[in-house]
Order: sequence, then structure tokens, then C-alpha cells
Amino acid sequence: MRKFDGPKAKKFQLPAILLLAYILVIIAKQTGLLSSYFLQILMFIGINMVMTVSLGMINGFTGQFSIGHGGFMAIGAYTSAFITTLLTVRENPLGYLIFFISIVIGSAMTGLAGFLIGIPTLRLKGDYLAIVTMAFGEVIRTIIRVSEPLGGPRGISGIPAVTNVTTIFIFAIGSIWLIRNFLHSTYGRASRAIRDNEIAAELNGINTTKQKILVFTIAAVFAGASGALYAHILQFIHPDNFTFMKSLEYLIYLYIGGANSISGALVGATIFTIIPEVFRGLQIWRMVIYSIILILVMLFRPEGIMSDKELSFIQKKEDLFP
Amino acid sequence: MEYLIQQLINGIQLGTVYALIALGYTMVYGIVRLINFAHADIFMVGVYTALFTATAYQTPFLLVIIISMSVCAVLGVVIEKLAYRPLRHKPKLSALITALGVSLFLENFCALPFVFGPDYRSFPELIPFKKYVIWERFTITNIFLINLLVVSVLLSGLFYLVHYTMIGRKMRAVAYDKVTASLMGIDVDRTISFTFLVGTALAGASGILYGMTYTSIQSPYMGIWPGWKAFIAAVIGGIGNLPGAVVGAYLMGISEVYANAFNSDLGFGIAFAILIVVLIFKPTGLLGKKPHEKV
Repeated sequence: MRKFDGPKAKKFQLPAILLLAYILVIIAKQTGLLSSYFLQILMFIGINMVMTVSLGMINGFTGQFSIGHGGFMAIGAYTSAFITTLLTVRENPLGYLIFFISIVIGSAMTGLAGFLIGIPTLRLKGDYLAIVTMAFGEVIRTIIRVSEPLGGPRGISGIPAVTNVTTIFIFAIGSIWLIRNFLHSTYGRASRAIRDNEIAAELNGINTTKQKILVFTIAAVFAGASGALYAHILQFIHPDNFTFMKSLEYLIYLYIGGANSISGALVGATIFTIIPEVFRGLQIWRMVIYSIILILVMLFRPEGIMSDKELSFIQKKEDLFP
Repeated sequence: MEYLIQQLINGIQLGTVYALIALGYTMVYGIVRLINFAHADIFMVGVYTALFTATAYQTPFLLVIIISMSVCAVLGVVIEKLAYRPLRHKPKLSALITALGVSLFLENFCALPFVFGPDYRSFPELIPFKKYVIWERFTITNIFLINLLVVSVLLSGLFYLVHYTMIGRKMRAVAYDKVTASLMGIDVDRTISFTFLVGTALAGASGILYGMTYTSIQSPYMGIWPGWKAFIAAVIGGIGNLPGAVVGAYLMGISEVYANAFNSDLGFGIAFAILIVVLIFKPTGLLGKKPHEKV
């Protein structure tokens, strides 16, 4: 038997699965099978996935070491929350449009910040770069804390809860698809060349500084958009939501999953968003068990759960993806 | 003017605490190239050990220091053996994530009610508190003088250890090149363990000084911020460089106290601002050497 529709059927397999999953979630939501608590966890998983994959662009695929991703999230969250609370989206007939625009503005602001931070810092290497990105994250937080229009240390409250499962679903899949395509493109290959050997990459005509800043900026844009959506789930944001612990969380998701693969980031973000919730009943023991699991996973799988392998739907067929 | 000088004294006091923690960070980093996130929590264990030994048995000051330093040293060596050594030849980042895990574990485990408990405690008065007024203007406490004394004894001891003893020479050799050092007959594992031992013992000493100076201990999460500030101090001085850590720590302590005088949020952020400025103009820290890039 010859395969008549093999490749073509495969092409629609993933969208079909995703659509089915989405419809199931929506049905479960409408019939009340999934409580709002579960829906919130689902939404956090989506956001954490995008945050982790975008951090993976910098840390895993370009080999730079950034630990200040929470700061970018804060810029996106604050910018969009400021806009939506100012324009009182809840009563506005154009609410969703404003929400969408606020996300775009938030991501643009974050991208700009990423660009401006990237220019001086990406000259640094290794751990020095890590510390400076962390420092920038904290400086962003300090600036928010002292600026009165943004609520200062009190934060912004009364943010409309306009983020829902559909928004997150479209956002997560869209972002991961975009990042995947970016990493499979010429730019992605340039990134991997820099990761593997920066000097060799430079000798091969890659403008390493430009490439690094580009990746940093794009990752910041996605972090900003995630932050904007995150703010509209929480409804209340506070500078202390975005401490370096937040950034370290994403670092944990990324390296637990395996930094050199997109699937790793997805797996890490999913598992380690769920684990603390599963152990919620254990109360005081929750974080103790969480940290023990973290240590054990790292000891037994030092390269992350997925190492550098990709799940089949992320793998690009024609490319020998290393 | 008087106010400024009084603040300078406070800054030096804070810098002293930072210096001892920063030395531990920088020693560990120098030898295994690992940011030991758990170091700040070992410092916390040091504070609590001092608190418990001092309150339970009315132990004299010197003994408290020794007990606290040894508890921290043992803890540091055990952590190194269990959590970092198996990953030494694996990608560097996995050891870093493990270090984060150990840090989270120590914080949350110690916050359990039957360990240290999550509550606020106050540090006992180990040495009767005295105030000296100099030139009828500035007040200096005896705690401040003791801090300076302890730090100078420990620092000169450390300097002697690193530069004039066999184990110190081994430490420097391993930090420079592990493979060659092992070819010269140096037991690399033992040397690294010893480095952890010394570094964490200093954190234990710092814990007591912190407890005596600030007397309030919020919770087992208290190590986080002093730890980060000390770590930043180590980076500013050039991580891996011992005198650099001390210089960075005093710079950090003094600038933090001055900035705090204006605005507490500013005092919090100043550390990071200094760090960014220093690293942008001097990418390997104030006293750090530029690494050679091999092609």
C-alpha cells in the first residue's frame, strides 16, 4: 500500500489535537467540571511556557546567561495594567480591543527596555552577564517601587480580569510557534553558532553582538506580553510579584526541562507549575518537597528532563536539528 | 557632617558583615566556578546556631563563634559532597540549579516549626552592650569594635592560610587549573571540600556578627538579602579575588547606608545600580583579572 495522504494527514495532526484539547477545556469550563482554580493553573502553565521558551532563546540557544527575565515581565505587566485601569476596560464597549492594544504597547515597551539593556550588558560574559541581568531586573523593580503613578510599593489593584483560557491558548501556541520558527531560521542557526563557539561564529561572518541583542530583544517582547496577560489574571500586581525569585523560577523551569530544546522548556514549565499545586495540601512541607524534587531531578538528569531532544511536533523535518 | 561620619561608621559595620559572607562566595566561585546560592542560607544557619547555643547554655562569646563556625563548615562540606560533587563534570548550569534547590531546601526546611520555626526572634546580648562617645560627637558601640576585631583576625588568618600554607597553595593551584593540579599530586576533591569548609565557616562567623549587631532575626528567609548583597559585593570586587571581595563589601555596606538615609527603596536598589555601573566600565570587577581567551 502506498501512502496517499501520509504527509498531508500528519500536517493537520497537531492542529487537530490542539483544537480538540481546546474544545474539551471549553466544554469542561462551561459544564463546571473544571473549577476556576484549575483554569487558573492552566493559564499559568501557558504563561510560564512562553516565559520559559523565551528565556530558553537567550540561555539555551544563544548560550548567554540571563537571570533577569522577571524584570521584563514586570515592565509588560505594569504598562498594560496601567493602560487598562486608566481606561476602565471593564465598562468600555471596546474593552477587548484596548486590552489587546495594551498588550502590544506593553510588549513594545519591554522590547525597547530589552534592547537598551542588551546593548551595554551583552558585552559581558558568563556569570558577570547573569549578575548584571539580575541587577537590571531588580533596578526595574526599584524604579517601579519609587514611582508614584504606578502605585509605588502598593502596586496596581482593580485590574480587569480579561485574560481567559482562549486568550492564553492563542497566545501560548502563537508565541511558541513564532519562537520555534525563529530558532529554525538562519537567525536561529546563527544563535546556535554563537552558543557553540563565539569566535568561530564571528569568523564565519555572524555579527555576534547584533545577533545577541536581537535575541535578547525578542525574548523581552515575549516576556512583556506574558507579563501583560499575567497581570490580567492576577487583577492585582505589586512590585514584589517580580522579585528575582520570579526570574529564578523560570531559570528552574528551563534547566529542569533541558535548556537546549523548546520541548524541554515546555515540559519543565508544565511539570514544575503543577508540582507545587499538587503538594498544596501538605502546606508547610510543600516547598521542602519541591526543593528536594528539584535537587533529585538535577542529580539524576543533569542535562534536564528532555536533554537536547525535541518532541516530534517541534522538530523541523528537513533540518538536522542538533 | 557629624551625621555623615556617623553613617560612615554604620556603613563600615554593615560592610563587615558583608565582607565575611562575600569571602565565602568568592572562594567557592574561584575554585569551582559555581555561584553557591546556598551560601546565604548557610549564613542563616550560622545566625540560628549562635542564637540557640547562646540562649540555651549561656555559652561564652568565643565558644559561640567556634560552635557556629563549625556547624556551618560541616554543613558546607556535606552540601558540597551530596549536591555539587556529583555534578562537577556535568554542564555548569545544572550545578547552579542544584545550588538553587539546596538554597530553597534550607530556607523552607528551617522554617518548619520543629526546626527553627518561621517566627521572629531576637538575638540575645552575648556581650554587655556599651557605648563610647568620641570627641563628644560620634558614638561607637563595643559591638562595632568587636566586629572589627573578629574580622581582622579572621581576614589575616585567611590571608595566611591562602598564601603561606601548603593547603593554601593547593587551593590556589586547583583554582588555577584543576587538571594540572591533579597531575601534580594534589587531591582536588579534598582541596575543594576544604575550600567549602573555610568559606562556610566564615559565613558562620558572619552570622554571629550580624546577630549581635542587628539583634532582630525575622525568619529563616533572612539570609536571602544579606546573601545577595554580599554576592554582589564579591562580583564588584572581581569574583574569585579575595581582597576584591572585602573592598566590594565595604563599598556596598557604606553606599547602602548612605542611600538608605535618603529613601529605603533607594537603599535597596543602590547595590544593583553600583553593580551595573562597575561592570559596564570594568567587566571583570574592580580587582578582577581579565581571563585569557583561548582560540
